[in-house]
Amino acid sequence: MVSLNQLIAVCLLYVVGLFIVAFAAERAAIRGRGDWLLRSPLVYTLSLSIYCTGWTFYGAVGYAARSGLEYVTIYLGPSLVMIGWWWLLRRLVRIGRSHRVTSVADLISSRYGKSNLLAILVTVMAVIGVTPYIALQLQSVTLSLSIFAAPAGVANGVLDGRAEPINTAQAAFWIAIGLALFTVLFGTRNLNVNERHHGVVIAIAVEAVVKLLALIAVGVFVVWGLAGGVTEAMTRIDQSAIGTWQVDGGRWAALTFLAAAAFVCLPRMFQVMVVENDEERHLQTASWAFPLYLMMMSLFVVPIAVVGLDLLPAGSNPDLFVLSLPLSQGHNTLAMFAFLGGFSSATSMVIVATLALSTMVSNHIVMPIWLALGQTSVQQSGDVRHVVILSRRVSILFIISLGYFYYRASGGSGALAAIGTISFGGVAQFLPVLLGGIFWRGATRMGALWGLGIGFGLWVFTMLLPSFGPDAVLSAATLEQGLFGIGWLRPQALFGVGGLDPTVHAVVWSLSLNTLAFILVSLFSFPSPVERLQGAQFVNIFDHSSPARGWTASVAASEDLMIMAQRILGAAEAQAFFRAQAQLQEKSEGLPEPTPAFVQALERELAASVGAATAHAMVSQLVGGASVSVQDLLAVADESAQMLEYSSQLEVKSRELSDTAEKLRRANDKLTQLSHQKDSFLSQVSHELRTPMTSIRSFSEILRDAEALSPQEKTRYASIIHSETIRLTRLLDDLLDLSVLENGEVTLNQQRGSLRDVLDLAVTTGQAANIREIKIDRDRDSEDVALETDLDRLSQVFINLITNAQKYCVSDAPCLAVRVHASGSTVAVDFIDNGAGIDADARDLIFEKFTRVAGQGGEGAGLGLAICREIITRLRGEISYLPDSPGTGFRVTLPTPQPGKLQELNRFAASA
Amino acid sequence: MTKHVVLVEDETNIAEAIRFLLGREGWRVETLANGNAAVEVIRKARPDLVMLDVMLPGKSGFEILKELRADAGFADMPILMLTARGHARDREMAELAGVSRFMTKPFSNAEMLDAVRELTAPGSLTA
Amino acid sequence: MTGRKASPLFLERRSYRFRRMMDAVRLLPLLVLAFWMVPLLWPVQDAGDVAAVSMSHAVRYIFGVWLGAIALAFFLWRRTARQIVQEAKS
Repeated sequence: MVSLNQLIAVCLLYVVGLFIVAFAAERAAIRGRGDWLLRSPLVYTLSLSIYCTGWTFYGAVGYAARSGLEYVTIYLGPSLVMIGWWWLLRRLVRIGRSHRVTSVADLISSRYGKSNLLAILVTVMAVIGVTPYIALQLQSVTLSLSIFAAPAGVANGVLDGRAEPINTAQAAFWIAIGLALFTVLFGTRNLNVNERHHGVVIAIAVEAVVKLLALIAVGVFVVWGLAGGVTEAMTRIDQSAIGTWQVDGGRWAALTFLAAAAFVCLPRMFQVMVVENDEERHLQTASWAFPLYLMMMSLFVVPIAVVGLDLLPAGSNPDLFVLSLPLSQGHNTLAMFAFLGGFSSATSMVIVATLALSTMVSNHIVMPIWLALGQTSVQQSGDVRHVVILSRRVSILFIISLGYFYYRASGGSGALAAIGTISFGGVAQFLPVLLGGIFWRGATRMGALWGLGIGFGLWVFTMLLPSFGPDAVLSAATLEQGLFGIGWLRPQALFGVGGLDPTVHAVVWSLSLNTLAFILVSLFSFPSPVERLQGAQFVNIFDHSSPARGWTASVAASEDLMIMAQRILGAAEAQAFFRAQAQLQEKSEGLPEPTPAFVQALERELAASVGAATAHAMVSQLVGGASVSVQDLLAVADESAQMLEYSSQLEVKSRELSDTAEKLRRANDKLTQLSHQKDSFLSQVSHELRTPMTSIRSFSEILRDAEALSPQEKTRYASIIHSETIRLTRLLDDLLDLSVLENGEVTLNQQRGSLRDVLDLAVTTGQAANIREIKIDRDRDSEDVALETDLDRLSQVFINLITNAQKYCVSDAPCLAVRVHASGSTVAVDFIDNGAGIDADARDLIFEKFTRVAGQGGEGAGLGLAICREIITRLRGEISYLPDSPGTGFRVTLPTPQPGKLQELNRFAASA
Repeated sequence: MTKHVVLVEDETNIAEAIRFLLGREGWRVETLANGNAAVEVIRKARPDLVMLDVMLPGKSGFEILKELRADAGFADMPILMLTARGHARDREMAELAGVSRFMTKPFSNAEMLDAVRELTAPGSLTA
Repeated sequence: MTGRKASPLFLERRSYRFRRMMDAVRLLPLLVLAFWMVPLLWPVQDAGDVAAVSMSHAVRYIFGVWLGAIALAFFLWRRTARQIVQEAKS
């Protein structure tokens, strides 16, 4: 027999061990080490195991001994939720992370327009629902302690209450103190709930391993040590009192559902699953690992129950079979290990549940009251942080003491499992509001209040109050005849629907009326702007994880916000946050502008410390009312507008793209054309060079090789060579000239002079070339026009036109008429011969390089007119073919100087 | 019997050189400066050799070549083409159209005379 | 992100596989729920000629389904985990 003192020593040792582990984890996290473990999916999965409490550890066996396999529903529900992580948990975790949710009350209040009333309601419900559960843990620990302390006669767990072997009240008190100490120490180290409580989490993980191993150890001992193997154990099971399937179908389904709902809604589960979640991907690992844990936790429950029923005397408390079986067989060490397992289960649950509840109480009840009272304004100096931490610590003590007093009041009576189920029923009331909030945008605050209120009321009336037994709270008469004697208000047969199992009855009525009220009121009420904003964000969490836009700008001064943020976040953190925000706004120094985005981000940051509703209230004190701008409303009310805008942006983009493609195509066409032009130009040049060279080569070879050439022949051939050489030279000159003109490299020599002088020079030069006699018909009076241009280049053009007429005019008496028309700022000079003219289809080409008009002889390379056009273009004039002239006609148009200058130029010309 | 060549060439100086060179070899040279009448003249005259410039007033050398080769009676008439254009593509086009020999200007007299002799040697196969 | 070059056909196949796997992830809880609700059909007491289901049988069935569900969830996790992380990042 283990002495109580030994047990307490081991227990204390174990607790000290836990403290050390938690402390080491905190230290490692601060130094940024040990992330592989602290942030691993394994630790996440193990921390979920706080679902398995002392009730599970001890109570499941008792449950199985009383009702067979029904106990397993408590594990099936969570397994289903975990395997179906994709549907619900994924959304919850994403919402929790992106909205920095601190608790289940915070989530619900945040979803329904950051409503404080709703947060308070949920917090109160959670405290009322969970307090019996905490009491249950204290009960399980003291109960297990008492078994060790019992005198040998009652060592088998037959506790008749006559002689308490230990002072249970005292034991429970010290246990409660220890748990409170641990929670205060490791649960309130930092304010930001989203920063994980590494010490707590790692301690819970250790406890999860301990309780699993303890239960498995007892199970292995029972199956192989006592029953003699699996087959024998199975035979024994079939022969026992619970040897057949005897679960009521309604209870089977209802309890599975209830456990699933509680798994999501329990504040402590929400804490470890959503708030302490580090990475979304851990969820999927837990989707198989956690069901595996649950399965192993429940695997040996039936054998332990059956063997316990077999071996232990009748009247033994089946809730303690896990301890009393090894004890009765003299396996004290195993019993102590089992005790540590149960101790672990109970303590870890109390720690996390208290942590979660204290956050809720502090954020949703204490802080709002504190804000509303004494402290009139949040920007007064003084650190709010110690207020928040203090309120959280006081909340922890308050909740644990609440559990302790409940335990004392209830006198430690009642089966463990029954209390657990009642607690589940209470928190399951959050489910409709929670699901509706994240899947249905139409859910409103009023609907949530009504649903929660009605569900909670029904739960209290049908489940909680009757659990105290007749005449405890509800009189026996009320239980029998209904409230105020109204028959259809009997707590366990509402509306006259009797004959149902009380648990099924309570779950069905409370949850269905809760849901119905929630939906109906939501349908007929209208949400506030903030509600609609939050609703859209929660429901479409995967579409826009961008934060909500909530505040109109510039009402709050950044300084005020800074003062407030420092008091809540701490000076260093607040300054770092403001600096980061200023950088986001691309301000190199100073405070960030109070843009809606910045205020929103600040509110999120504060929400992580004090909850969304409180943060909202604090910011709205400074910013001036919960203002939602018109743009925000439009954005929420009409997301399709965003889609439209997006698609029209896409349209514009694609149009720009096709425009660019078109430009590219045109540029490419132009380049291709230029490349063709260059090729054909080179080919033309080559042709023009080769032709005279052919004659030169041929005749020079003749002169070299042929004998007996007459002197006339020699002279003739030499003169051919000579003329072809001149032709070559001229060609090269023209090419160079053209190239210079085309590249714009030509320097124009601006001179002043009269048109008449230029024409005189051109006619003289042209006729001196002596190609053919041509009569030049001029009107010298009209030619008295002053010019300011490159006169040499201009005369080059005129000479070219005159020699062209000489060469190509097919008339017996060739005559070239030169006519001048001055009009305003331009002067036009026409050169018209009496020849055949140029065919219409050739007219477009004559100004192109190497164009020679078919049917007209001549040895020109076809560059003359191209050069003329280049020159006239440089002189800012035009040259064109005159289509209506009797013969071949060209018109040269030139700009003339301004009238004022003209006088001066005229005088200049006259004097010249 | 004097051999007869029809020369289609618009450059008078080049035509004169060829006339001189082939005349010394005993050819009778008939010169055309324009492509338009060439096919008709050649059909009538059935010369022993045709020499074609490519860039001509009127019909180009290629057109004359194609028209001649399209006529079964002139399928194996020796046709020597002379061009001042340096494109390799021109040679390909001419060979596709069935030219007997393709020469690029400027050519040496000996080269040109050798080509003429080869093309008109008894038993020589054209194309 | 993966830096892996894959032919379009291969990619198509991969993403198709991934989608079907995610379908399975979504359907698995419904399947498991259906199996676990089968005991609703079992006779509770010896009713006439139908014998009540023995406890050992019930235990084997419930835990068998459990083990199967865990195995399937594990298999799906192995097949989809990496891509889910990638999708979340992109």
